[in-house]
Amino acid sequence: MASLGIDVLFKGTNFLRLLQGLWVSIEISLISVILSIVLGLVIGMLMTIHNPLLKAVLKVYLETVRIMPQMVLLFIVYFGTTRVFGWDMSAESSAIFVFTFWGTAEMGDLVRGSIKSIPNIQFESAFALGMDKVQTYIYIILPQTVRRLIPLSINLITRMIKTTSLVMMIGIVEVLKVAQQIIEANRKVSPNAAFGVFAVVFLLYFIVCWPISRLAVYLEKRWA
Amino acid sequence: MKNNFVKRITSGLLVTGLLAASLTACGSSASTSEVAEEKEGKVEAAADADAGFRTVDEIKESGTINIGVFSDKSPFGYVDENGEYAGYDVYFAERIGKDLGVDINYVSTEAANRIEYLQTGKVDIILANFTVTEERAQEVDFALPYMNVALGVVSPSDAVIESLDDIGADDQVIVISGTTAETYLTKNYPDIKLQKYDAYAEAKTAFENGNGVAWANDNTEVIAFAIENEGYEVGIPSLGDQDTIAPAVTKGNESLLNWLNDEIESLGSENFFHADYEETLLDTYGADYEDTLVVEGGK
Repeated sequence: MASLGIDVLFKGTNFLRLLQGLWVSIEISLISVILSIVLGLVIGMLMTIHNPLLKAVLKVYLETVRIMPQMVLLFIVYFGTTRVFGWDMSAESSAIFVFTFWGTAEMGDLVRGSIKSIPNIQFESAFALGMDKVQTYIYIILPQTVRRLIPLSINLITRMIKTTSLVMMIGIVEVLKVAQQIIEANRKVSPNAAFGVFAVVFLLYFIVCWPISRLAVYLEKRWA
Repeated sequence: MKNNFVKRITSGLLVTGLLAASLTACGSSASTSEVAEEKEGKVEAAADADAGFRTVDEIKESGTINIGVFSDKSPFGYVDENGEYAGYDVYFAERIGKDLGVDINYVSTEAANRIEYLQTGKVDIILANFTVTEERAQEVDFALPYMNVALGVVSPSDAVIESLDDIGADDQVIVISGTTAETYLTKNYPDIKLQKYDAYAEAKTAFENGNGVAWANDNTEVIAFAIENEGYEVGIPSLGDQDTIAPAVTKGNESLLNWLNDEIESLGSENFFHADYEETLLDTYGADYEDTLVVEGGK
């Protein structure tokens, strides 16, 4: 085991720092994911409305998010806003803003797709039963949409968690950065530490993402 | 059906209207705050020419200085096992904090964002192994240097190459593609045959297998290699253009720049950077290279 260099994790406060880094990643992604789901539901419903202007605006939004690498967005929000407007946004809020901006667009598109996939007859039957538009959405359409959304959004959520490693570019020390710090600080005494430390980081990401997948499976079964 | 359609359109319009209203509301409030911002900016600009950086007095007043360092480049800037920043750059940063009488907030920077950090004033000083180049000097202001970097050539102890003229016509020198070593040798010694590798690890293995008579790279790299591996010696510790490493501040921040220059000069009288070397770099580079690498008092 020593040759893998996992022992460097037990020096001093190394392992604790790794966990603190993990918490930073989780915190940023959790807040962004929750905001993205809520805002994504709204944006997704707006996307189904037939209004040329609204459609055009949302289309531009979605395409912007699709085209721009998250790294560029982070730089624009963190450094760009200071340069142009003189705002001094903290690195954490910039990160949460960017991840929510991204998550909302993609989530919105998933919601739009799920709503569109619900057969028109569901709407018509609801109206035939005398429900109004709001009732139809709340009791008929949204429950079915959410069920269809689960597998799709799990992909997005886990992707968001993993992409938080980019925030090291705006100075936030998260789990992957701590791992690099530990490896580099022990470069001489334990040259193979990269292997062991990254293996542990892999395990930590797995521990975070796996329960989310399990929850999704459970919800899909329960709501089916 | 027709009735539904009308309903849909009205509700759609309603939502759009609401959204538009909220958007314009946001827009107008944003634009007013922007105007306010601009006004503030102008006032500040009148006060100290640029609002993007903090003067020495402003830093002292706030009680904290933001210094950008590497957190994963041992032995220059790294985080030790107790979570404390350490290294050659950090040793100097600690002294700056002490002499200014302020606390230090270390910001973990990457090679790619060092200039951005200074230009936006998010850090006051960058002390991250920052090599002085002409291109960079147009974007930021460098203070006096505190370290040298140059190229170095390492070769096996039984056939040490002490001058590039020792290299025979059929001998090959190992370099890593895209490094300054490659550019320098291609330009100045076109007769020397180069063996190019893409990655550090490949070049290292090739050199250890005896594929070339020597290996040219940054001198800090080859010196560290010779010390970590028995049977190799750095025959040429300093080759080509001497580059220097210096602290950098936001362009135009005269007050902090002058303070740093005075600081570096006065630290020279107590041989501060030699002490720094002995504390942080001695283990990696050994005592022989102290005078090659350290720049004392900015000279």
